[in-house]
Order: sequence, then C-alpha cells, then structure tokens
Amino acid sequence: MRASLLIAAKDLRQRLRDRSVLVFTLVLPLGLGLVFSLVLGDLADGNDVFRYAVADADGGQVAAVFTHQVLPAASEGGAITVRTASSTQEALRLVDDGDVTAAFILPPAFTARVMAGQEAVIEVVGDVDAPLGTGVARSLAESFTARLTSVRVSVAAALRAGSTRDPARLAAEAASVPDPLRQVEIPASRRELDATTYYAAGMSVFFLFFTVQFGVTSLLDERRAGTLARLLASPIRPLSVLLGKLITSLVVGTVGTAVLVAATSVLMGARWGHPVGVGILVLTGVLAATGVVAVVASLARTSEQAGGWQAVVAISLGALGGAFFPVAQVGGPLAVISLVSPHRWFLRGLADLAGGDVRAVLPSAGALTAFALVGFGTAYLLGRREVRL
Amino acid sequence: MTTDTPEVLSCKGLRKRFDDVTAVDDVSFTIAAGETYGLLGPNGAGKTTIISMVAGILRPDAGDVLVEGVPVSTRTTEPKGRIGYVPQELAVYPDLTGRENLTFFARLQGLSRVAAARRVAHVLGVVGLTDRADDRAEHYSGGMRRRLHIGMGLLHEPILLVLDEPTAGVDPQSRNAIMDNIRELAHSGLAILYTTHYMEEAERLCDRVGVIDAGRLVAEGTRRELVALLGERDRISLSVDGDLGHAEDVARLVPAVLGVAARGRGLELLVHDARQCLPAVLSALAEEDVRVRAVEVDEPNLETVFLHLTGRALRG
Repeated sequence: MRASLLIAAKDLRQRLRDRSVLVFTLVLPLGLGLVFSLVLGDLADGNDVFRYAVADADGGQVAAVFTHQVLPAASEGGAITVRTASSTQEALRLVDDGDVTAAFILPPAFTARVMAGQEAVIEVVGDVDAPLGTGVARSLAESFTARLTSVRVSVAAALRAGSTRDPARLAAEAASVPDPLRQVEIPASRRELDATTYYAAGMSVFFLFFTVQFGVTSLLDERRAGTLARLLASPIRPLSVLLGKLITSLVVGTVGTAVLVAATSVLMGARWGHPVGVGILVLTGVLAATGVVAVVASLARTSEQAGGWQAVVAISLGALGGAFFPVAQVGGPLAVISLVSPHRWFLRGLADLAGGDVRAVLPSAGALTAFALVGFGTAYLLGRREVRL
Repeated sequence: MTTDTPEVLSCKGLRKRFDDVTAVDDVSFTIAAGETYGLLGPNGAGKTTIISMVAGILRPDAGDVLVEGVPVSTRTTEPKGRIGYVPQELAVYPDLTGRENLTFFARLQGLSRVAAARRVAHVLGVVGLTDRADDRAEHYSGGMRRRLHIGMGLLHEPILLVLDEPTAGVDPQSRNAIMDNIRELAHSGLAILYTTHYMEEAERLCDRVGVIDAGRLVAEGTRRELVALLGERDRISLSVDGDLGHAEDVARLVPAVLGVAARGRGLELLVHDARQCLPAVLSALAEEDVRVRAVEVDEPNLETVFLHLTGRALRG
C-alpha cells in the first residue's frame, strides 16, 4: 500500500503540473457551472423564468377568473410571474421590449361570448426568442378555454333546470371550480430532480469519465516513457502499480466532482440532496467511471488511443444515460437500455435521494459498485500482461 | 576475478520466446563482485530481453536468475532491492525535478524520507547534478538526463548494476563522463552487467564480454581470450631505414615474435601480444642501429571476433 500511495502521490503531483487536468477538474466544471447559472439560474431562484403580462380588455367575471385565480395559482409554484398590463398596447410593448416572455390578452366581450355560447379566445402574444415560455403560456390559455366549453354546458344545464341566478355569475363559479379529476400530486422532490440539479448532475457525471482517465491512462504513458519498466524493477508488487494508478483516478475524480457539486450549489442553487447520500453516489460513481475507463485503457496500445476511445465511450454512455437530456422520461426500450449506463444510475440515485432518505441511494450505489467491480475485473484480466502480474 | 570474488549474479539456461521468435536461447553466465560483464551484440540480438529477465520485469520461459543465490522473478520483491536497473529508454519524469525523480525512486526502494534525502544528495553529487537538482528534468540537456537516469539505479546502493545501452544517443563528451562513472562504480566493488552494441565500449569497460547473437551466447571471456579463441595474432608494422634484411634478422631473434615478413620499405611482425612485445622489438632494433621511422599496431578487436563468430558485422 505504501508503494501505491507513493505512486499516486507522484502522479497527483504530475497532474497538478499538467494543465489539462486542471481544465477538466476545475476550469470546465466551473465554466459549465457559470454557463448553467446564466442559462438556468433563474430557474434555480424559483421565479422569473417565464415572465408574463396579462391585459384584461373584457373586465367581466369569466375573465376575472383567469386573471385573479388561474394565473395566480399557476405562479404559486414559482415557475412563472405575472404582471398586469393596463391595456393591450402596453402588453404588446412589454413583449416587444423583452420585459416579459409572453402576454395574455383577454379581448373585449370575452365573458359575453362565453355566456352566449360562442367561441371565446384568449390571445397569447409571445417573444419569438422564447418559444418555450410562449408554449407554456399557450398551454395555460388553452387549458382555461377548454374548461370554458364545459362551463358553457354547465350554465346551460342550470338555466334549463330553472335556475334564476345571473348566468355570468354561474359561469364564473363553474369556471373556478376545480377539475373533478385531478392528477394526484406526488411530491416532485421524491422522484424528480429540478432542471438545474438534473443538468448539473448530468454534466458532473459526464465530466467524471474524463477526469478519471488521468490515472489509468498514465500507465500507458509510463510504458511509453520507459518508467514502467523502472517501476516494475523496484522491490514492489506489480499490483501496487495498478493500485497506485487507481488511487490517482479516484482522487482526481472525487475532487473534480466535489468541486462541481460545490460550484453548482453555490452558483446555480442546485439541490444535490443529503451530503452523505451525495457522497455515496459520488464515490461509487467515481469507482464505476474508473472501472469503465480502465477497461478501455487495457484494450488500447497508447494513451492517445485510449483517450480517443474513452471520449467515445464517455459521450455514448453520457447520452444514453441521460447526461444531456432525461432519457428515462422518454420511456420504452430506450429507458430500459439506458440502465446499462452508469450515468443513468447516478442520476437515478440523486432523484431517489431528493426525497430526503439517504438509504434511497443504495440501489443506485449498488449498481454503480457493480459497474466498478465488473470494470476492474475485466481490466485486470486484460491488462495484467502490461505489468506482468 | 571470478574465482577469487563472490558470485553476485548467476543466470542459468535462460530462454524466452515471443510468439514464434526465440529471443533468448539457453543463455548462462555469471558476474562476480567488482566485475563488469558486457553483453555485446547487434540490435535485436536479445540483450534487452536478457536484461529484463535479470531485472525481474520479464518472466523467463525457462532458466533461473539468481542474485547472491536468491531467485529473481517478476513476483519477488526482496532480491530486486539488490539490483540497480537502468533501462535503455530514458526513464525519467520530465515534469518532475531531478531531486523529485530521485526521491520518488529512492522511496520506492523502501528508503525512509530522511535516508532518501541523504542518498539523493549523494547521488546528485555522483552524477554531477547537484547544481541543477531543483530544475525540472525537461530542462536538462540529453547528457544530464542520461546521468540522472543512471543515478536512479544507484540510489539504494545495489550490489548489481544492470545497464542497458546507457550511452545510446549520447554525445561523445557525455559518453566519456558516463563511462568514467561506471568504471569508478566497478572499482568500488559493484558488479555490473552492461549491454552495448559498441565494440569500443565493451573493450574499454568490460572485464569479460559475452558475445550474443540471435538470442544465443556464442562466446564469452576476456577480450584476449575471445581473440585467442579465433587464433588471431597481433600485427606490428615497422617502417625502417637502412638494411631491411638486417632489420628482419634482428626482429626474428626477439622471443615473442612469431613471424617476420618484409613489406616494401618496412617489416610486418606477427606477435601474440603487440603491446607487451613492442618495447622488446624496438629495443633490439635500436641496439643494432636500425632506425625505426614509424610503428603501427593492428590488434584483432571484438568486431573481428563477432564477424568471425557470426559471419555478420556488429553494426550491420
């Protein structure tokens, strides 16, 4: 073990002097953290992602349901903010100036048209540079107008049954009644990561597969430079050399990921979860990544070849495992296939951890450990000739 | 030397094959303390394979390597601590300083932090790098790196130093410095195994030479023993003034002279050992007032030996 630690200490000293490792463990993660904070930072703050304006040119009771009940309820989740425009013109100006993502315009006689059983439309004017926000606004409006269809039916039925109440008031009350069939809200924190955390975690596990390369591929560099022969001629066990390289990968990978966890938490407000659970996932994730790249390195003849192959493997597994987009949500065969990627298990573990129970990460940590064991075992069998074990 | 001093290295029946190629075929030799043994052969002859098996980084298919009677293998650790290995490639870490390179390998040899610092300081002095110890090796000249490379093999005070072509790619000045270093180490009692394809180095440094070709040790011994194996004689060519016939008669009377022939305005003498008998020849001629204007000695060298043994030039 002493020899392994000496080799790892030497490697780490070399890596600290090697700017490429600083790029992968510090510059890129921090740079990505900054980019994410700029792109998704608003989401992390919990508000102001989609900023909307609403102009009520109708002033009727049904319109009031939309402006005073539907939109405030939607903004309670923190995903949108709504401001009231005094006129249609002001709402359009706010969109043009980029002050809001989209504007809802309730046209004159909106309530009257609903009462008359005619088509009533909420206009949505969106920023062309914000299609996602505009789409969300359109969904909100369509959801409300779809409900109005059933309102019209309800009001007509009430009047036919002899109700003497004001039809407009009846319509407003019907429109504001919650849907009888509501999706049961599973606390999102139990099964889903918020977007900021998801992409921060995806990028961190993606880069992990690059940072851990430095340890295992240095064995190939040592062979090329002739220093491997000198190491093997020293009075140490050949396995100590492999173990030393492994320790180097683990340290570099763990430190790099820890930096990214801290950076994304501070800069972006990513919520990784309980530190113990995160620690377990990071450690097992680093082991799994090291195991995978060790297999690739054991098949390569040079460190350049290994680096190329490892990049292909890292990108392929990253894409398959959901580092770039949530593959698991696609469902079907792809979601099943994604389970062969350590990235998928790492992200799943974090999602499980979001519920607050540290033990929830154990299945994913177990899967990651299995990746590591299979990887190390395969790499040992393939690479032992390298160090004449 | 081999009979009076303890045997440090013993190689017995070493064999190694790589796929269909027999790299080393039944090679046996020994080295005594204080002896420098050279493995002389062209590139690809099997020298580095033998060295790798001696250093315990390559497992022989057959045969044994013993250092002070203890078997060396890829799995043993203790006997490796008695061997200082200097591989052919310049095995230094360019991004570490000379001191860091040496300290790392000293610690791998099992030296404590304090002992390593002391040995590193000593070795830096031996290889003449004390002033540049804290510069990164990437800023060293080729010769300095080569000296650092050799120094790494001396850190743990081995009893056997194994050098695989240590002067490859080195300028003549550095080569001389390295060879002087090696000679001093041999005088200090170190057993040295030295491979080279430079005949001059083998002749200059080695007490005994093993001639290796196609993985086989085709002959071994001192230079003189090897030359004698071939029945070769030294030649002394003399340019003389005066009566050539008289000069020929005088030379023929010198006991060590085996034969004399007149060639143009000079004589050609065939002798056993030119260096030893030349003074007697010159003295005899001077006593008979034969004036010698020029002397040329032609000794068969290891190049000639190799050519005779293998039918090929050493550097073909």
